[in-house]
Amino acid sequence: MPDTMNVKLKVKRFDPADSGGKTWWQEYEVDINPDSTVLDALIQVREHEDGTLAMRCACRASICGSCGMKVNGSAKLVCKTRVVDVSPNGEQMTIEPMGNQHVVKDLVISLDTFFNQIKRVEPYLKPSFVPEQGEYTASNASMENLLTSMNCIMCGCCVSDCTVLEVDSNFIGPAALAKAWRFTEDPRDSKRDERLKALNDEDGGMWDCTRCMKCVDVCPKGVAPMDRIMELREAAIEAGNTNTSGYRHTESFYNSVKKNGRLDETRLALDSAGWTNIPRLLDLAPIGIAAMRKGKLPPLIPHKSEDHKKVRDLYKSVEDES
Amino acid sequence: MYEHDVLIIGGGLAGLRAAVEVTRAGADVAVISKVHPVRSHSNAAQGGINAPLTDRGDDWEGHAYDTIKGSDFLADQDAVEVMSTEAGEAVLELERMGVIFSRGEDGKLGTRAFGGQKVARTFFVGAITGSAILHVLFEQSLKLGLNVYEEWFVTKLIIEDGVCRGVVAIDLKSGEMHTIKAKAVIMAAGGAGRVFEPSTNALICTGDGLSLAYRAGVPLMDMEMIQYHPTTLARTGILMSEAARGEGAYLLNASGERFMEKTAPDYMELASRDVVSRAEQTEIDEGRGIDGNVLLDLRHLGRDFIEQRLGYLQEVSVEFLGIDMAEQPVPVQPGMHYIMGGIKTDVNGATNVPGLYAAGECANVSVHGANRLGANSLLDTVVFGRRSGAHAVEYIKGVGGHSPAEEDLAAEKTRLQGLLDRPKGERVATIRDDMARGMTKGIGVFRDQTSMEGALENLKNVKSRMGEFSIENKGKVFNTDLMFGLELEFMVDCAEAVVAGAMTRKESRGAHFRTDITERDDENWLKHTLMYQDDEAENGVRVELSDVKITQWEPVKRVY
Repeated sequence: MPDTMNVKLKVKRFDPADSGGKTWWQEYEVDINPDSTVLDALIQVREHEDGTLAMRCACRASICGSCGMKVNGSAKLVCKTRVVDVSPNGEQMTIEPMGNQHVVKDLVISLDTFFNQIKRVEPYLKPSFVPEQGEYTASNASMENLLTSMNCIMCGCCVSDCTVLEVDSNFIGPAALAKAWRFTEDPRDSKRDERLKALNDEDGGMWDCTRCMKCVDVCPKGVAPMDRIMELREAAIEAGNTNTSGYRHTESFYNSVKKNGRLDETRLALDSAGWTNIPRLLDLAPIGIAAMRKGKLPPLIPHKSEDHKKVRDLYKSVEDES
Repeated sequence: MYEHDVLIIGGGLAGLRAAVEVTRAGADVAVISKVHPVRSHSNAAQGGINAPLTDRGDDWEGHAYDTIKGSDFLADQDAVEVMSTEAGEAVLELERMGVIFSRGEDGKLGTRAFGGQKVARTFFVGAITGSAILHVLFEQSLKLGLNVYEEWFVTKLIIEDGVCRGVVAIDLKSGEMHTIKAKAVIMAAGGAGRVFEPSTNALICTGDGLSLAYRAGVPLMDMEMIQYHPTTLARTGILMSEAARGEGAYLLNASGERFMEKTAPDYMELASRDVVSRAEQTEIDEGRGIDGNVLLDLRHLGRDFIEQRLGYLQEVSVEFLGIDMAEQPVPVQPGMHYIMGGIKTDVNGATNVPGLYAAGECANVSVHGANRLGANSLLDTVVFGRRSGAHAVEYIKGVGGHSPAEEDLAAEKTRLQGLLDRPKGERVATIRDDMARGMTKGIGVFRDQTSMEGALENLKNVKSRMGEFSIENKGKVFNTDLMFGLELEFMVDCAEAVVAGAMTRKESRGAHFRTDITERDDENWLKHTLMYQDDEAENGVRVELSDVKITQWEPVKRVY
């Protein structure tokens, strides 16, 4: 193995003090050890090429969560991203600040977006009693279950690449919902139902996730926030929280595929809104009219799939199993 | 100007635990930290936290003795007694706050074995104990509405008439400097690992707190006591928790021998850290290593066990070296990890400067003496973080509403502007690397007069270049370039105290092992070294000695 490797970086710069706060791309080249991580390369730049480059980093061991940034368009913890894995043949890599969060300078984003989302889920244990002596009694399995979420280091990669936050800044976000799950699943917490109800009712809550999987892909710690969100939804429904467009959407989807073997999109829209929810139904009207003009309105009476009986058999076998 | 009853510098375990205590007492408190609290280096503690739980048959004297023996009898025994007797409640309280400690069959907290102790009394969360506790204390800080100056960097303690009155700090996001007035200041700013290279420590561990106190006239005690952790990952220097050996991993040399048999036949791989690191270094130096490493072998523990109890270690090993620990032993070497020395305090965290407290790694109470036991550092942070908070609350009752003058702020603004205005000179990183490599070379696992003199000469050279480094970034917003320059100045202070302590101590004790004086000398050196910054003294450091407090355990030869 050669002693050094040439690394080419293209870094997105931003300086708020520069006239009007301009953004520009800057290219760097450094020679470093072939084992190096992307962070090693950036530190080499910062310390020996360009002291004006701003970024955060601390532990270098994927536990402090400081060094989230976009590498070739996707959020990564750069301390655990090896150069050879993102640039196997010495290709130039692009480095940008994380998305969905305000940029302070260069690769440094404001932490406010992330931590304001975390604060919305009241992220602390709310027990019904505190033992005067000793500890709470709980099974080891129930504690190990929580490790999935406690592995979260709050790096913000999931928030960066969340496709919902891109269009709806009110969404609580994947990290905060995974944090909420940590409390709804903790046997020591006494506010499970209240927490589920709040996340179910809240605008921007658990039903706003579109299940795009981005957060699962980019999470460097295996927290899989989307999976936690799906578990929150199941728990919320089991706890009787069914008066939401999210739940009605799920139910309508399920029923229409079961009945017709395919999705009845008109009914899905109306069911999700709720048949007695006049304002929401009126909101849908212009969308329907626009769709009709473009010839995109789904049929009012749904077509049935030729194989709809087979689909129904599939439903039956799955339901029998569970 | 900002104002609080109590200002805590540092948002790691010691700082947050102190903040919880002060808040509960109803006083106005704020935390100031150069990083967001959840980025603090407490995260990196992996294996666990020690506590003798007396309600289930353990005894505090057992933990105290193991700690004192581990310290090679340099710890103050009254301080260790405080830590051991308060440990159980401190850990149980963390559990009640929400920490998801591993449990036994009965649903009560379970333990694992750790080094230097025959009793398994280490409570843990997988191999992310520090992170899991830090995040829960952060949760508590949100619950309490704790005021945090996030990403503010303290440049100076304000001392008037010999009393600590607050700090001068830069808000990194705006680049503006401010005075924060406080009736009491608790230093909980962490260690100084970056004084050495390589080190397991985060890049933020630059001895800021030690230096700020040292400049304010507080002695740094036993700074020569530098812990080299026995298992840091080859090439990367990343920490591989002692939990691996606690759970049964072997250390092997190139011929596959468990070499600890020779030096610690009873404790084997679980001897205290200084002993294991020396044994490894001896194997490596005498040609029985593999490319400067020995092997950490977990294969016999089985994949499921490794992934369940040591998941983070497996993650690191696979990600950074491409080694699956269930299939292959992983190469490790001793690496600088912790500084036992620090700001001298009493058992309440108080220093010799009224109004200034210290807790956690930056402090030296002293409970770790010449070698810290694994899983005693987290314990130290929560026990003495709490005590310093409680004592500060008592202290401020007698403090009036004195307003510090703004002179310090003006002087600090001028000083920092002076750094920014320097003509182009050497890079900070070049000087830092020279300092840190020289420190590791001279003050290593083994040291002698010649190596220490080498470290001193190197440091003199570094100091002579300190007036000439330049700051490339002249901007205000998030100017880390300027911060690195200030951190280097802090590190040089720490390095100076480390070298002075090491050259003073004419014996081998714990982590201070001299190949030219290999024996411990209780007659002359059962003493702490106290380093004071003093321009009049040789090399700028005045060294004094003080007696070690012995309560019930007379020093005996350490055998593992």
